[in-house]
Amino acid sequence: MKIRYFAWMKRTVGVPEEEVSPPADVRTVGDLVTWLRARSPGHAEALAEGAAFGAAVDQRTATFDVVLAGAREVAFFPPFTGG
Amino acid sequence: MTVRVQEGDFDVGAELDGLTAGNKKIGGLAVFVGLVREMHVREGYHKDRVDALTLEHYPGMTEKALEDIEAEARKRWPLEATLIVHRHGRMEPGERIVMVAVGSPHREAAFEACEFLVDWLKTRAPFWKLEETPAGEKWVGAHTGDNQAAARWEKKKA
Repeated sequence: MKIRYFAWMKRTVGVPEEEVSPPADVRTVGDLVTWLRARSPGHAEALAEGAAFGAAVDQRTATFDVVLAGAREVAFFPPFTGG
Repeated sequence: MTVRVQEGDFDVGAELDGLTAGNKKIGGLAVFVGLVREMHVREGYHKDRVDALTLEHYPGMTEKALEDIEAEARKRWPLEATLIVHRHGRMEPGERIVMVAVGSPHREAAFEACEFLVDWLKTRAPFWKLEETPAGEKWVGAHTGDNQAAARWEKKKA
């Protein structure tokens, strides 16, 4: 599964994207966030509880209860500021 | 019915000509053009001069998100033509960032749908602004006013 980070999260994590193989008990976006936090201090900071960030699964906005089954790409990003 | 994300500038007049060409049902065209402004006028940042900003986006998701927003507008209003052009990359004050144009038989639908599209693209399309200021680079935070502006359209949902 490919994980992508955008805006300041990319700098905090240290990479724009990475390939990961989470264990089977990582079922939802929320589970994935918890699992990714353990990868490095940068991950822990970017994905900290209470930090303002959202997620997308296969390029569609997703809440943390969304099930990952079959997902190829999960992205994490700060609130949008376009327009 | 057109969504485009591009690095280069766009010609508003040419875009509007292209949008209305051959469609005689359009009686009104509402257009919004967003520009990079020189001063950051939000509360608390009056002294920060913005020299330039860089818009990052999520290629692939951005287009899908804009198409979803456009489809939602077409469900809510009788629209003959819609156009969203959004730039990414580095831009300086005065440059155009985004253009939204809506054509409808009647002006009310055009005005409302145009405002709706701008409000929703600000909060639902994956763009992030990085500002260059004399104090260094700074990611722009989400604006409460933008969220409130987008939220008022939720109430109108059928």
